[in-house]
Amino acid sequence: MKPLTTEKDVSSALAAGTKAPDFTLNDGPDRKVSLAELRGRPVILAFYPADCSPVCGEQMALYNEILPEFQRFNAELLGISVDGVWCHRAYKEARNLRFPLLSDFEPKGEVARNYGVYRQGDGFTERALFVIDGEGLISWSYVSPIAVNPGADGILTALENLSSKGVSNGNEYRTQAGNAGR
Amino acid sequence: MATSIGPRLVMPVGKRDHIQGPENAPVTLVEYGDFECPYCAAAHVIVKQAQELLGDQMCFVFRHFPLTQIHPYAEPAAEAAEAAGAQGFFWEMHDLLYENQPMFDPPHLVAYADELGLDTRRFVREVESGVHRPRVREDFMSGVRSGVNGTPAFFINGERYDGSWDILPLVRALQSAAGQGPQIARPDYAHSRRAGI
Repeated sequence: MKPLTTEKDVSSALAAGTKAPDFTLNDGPDRKVSLAELRGRPVILAFYPADCSPVCGEQMALYNEILPEFQRFNAELLGISVDGVWCHRAYKEARNLRFPLLSDFEPKGEVARNYGVYRQGDGFTERALFVIDGEGLISWSYVSPIAVNPGADGILTALENLSSKGVSNGNEYRTQAGNAGR
Repeated sequence: MATSIGPRLVMPVGKRDHIQGPENAPVTLVEYGDFECPYCAAAHVIVKQAQELLGDQMCFVFRHFPLTQIHPYAEPAAEAAEAAGAQGFFWEMHDLLYENQPMFDPPHLVAYADELGLDTRRFVREVESGVHRPRVREDFMSGVRSGVNGTPAFFINGERYDGSWDILPLVRALQSAAGQGPQIARPDYAHSRRAGI
């Protein structure tokens, strides 16, 4: 079967050094989360294609398990998919997930598009990770093959790098990005 | 598909590990597993067969990767295996747990300890007080840092094995890593069954 998404449909994910586009999305039916509110601490954005994939090899279940490690870095983990709030609520309850699942539902996939990780032909997002520093700059990003759970090692390494450089030192990342071609 | 160097084991096999088979065997299979995971229980049978087939050619190491948020008894089961290990019966408990999945509530765990002839008072004390929790967590985090992304996860000579863990593909991968070439294994299933696996 021909994949629905062709090369030209996939725009590339925002890279380290880029300002993270702000957003406000629903976390379940009753709560909204804005990226700007989380300024001052690292944020992990985990875009994933859809709620409810097989249990034991499942990315969100793994992150749920590793949550205490993310919290050691005072980092906030946000899962994002194009699923609606009710679907997210059911999924969250079924898996006992203890972090926000945001609905990039209306307009569909808008946040994912802003981050360059929307799969136009498929109508869902890439399996993509972003670590954003306390000043709102992307310090690390990674797009995994859609069927491969990327695990958490990359996130932890990015958080370690942030904490060793000082979380709020946004200048350093700007400099790094400016010298990317060196 | 593009070939790339897959995730590798960051914590080398060492004295802290539970090891079956010769440590200097040409192939080392490390499993990150969760006693309450149904796929791990299925893989347990396959690993036993692989051990029979490879014999002294293979060394097997088990590390804990309990997914406690979806498996409420995964952590106590892992700690129960460690508590049995403290009395020299890790592998016996490891096997009992997989064979009796998912009956891991406290009375069952104590019954398994009793069945193995362990000092059950010590066993209960250690499990209840979480003596072995740091060890289980260390296993878990070493898995996370090695790129474990689900259970069971296998590493063959330090490299994550993403292939099928049906007996034939797994044994082929193990044999090839052991330097025996890609010959096709001929598992003696009858023999495996006799051996009680």
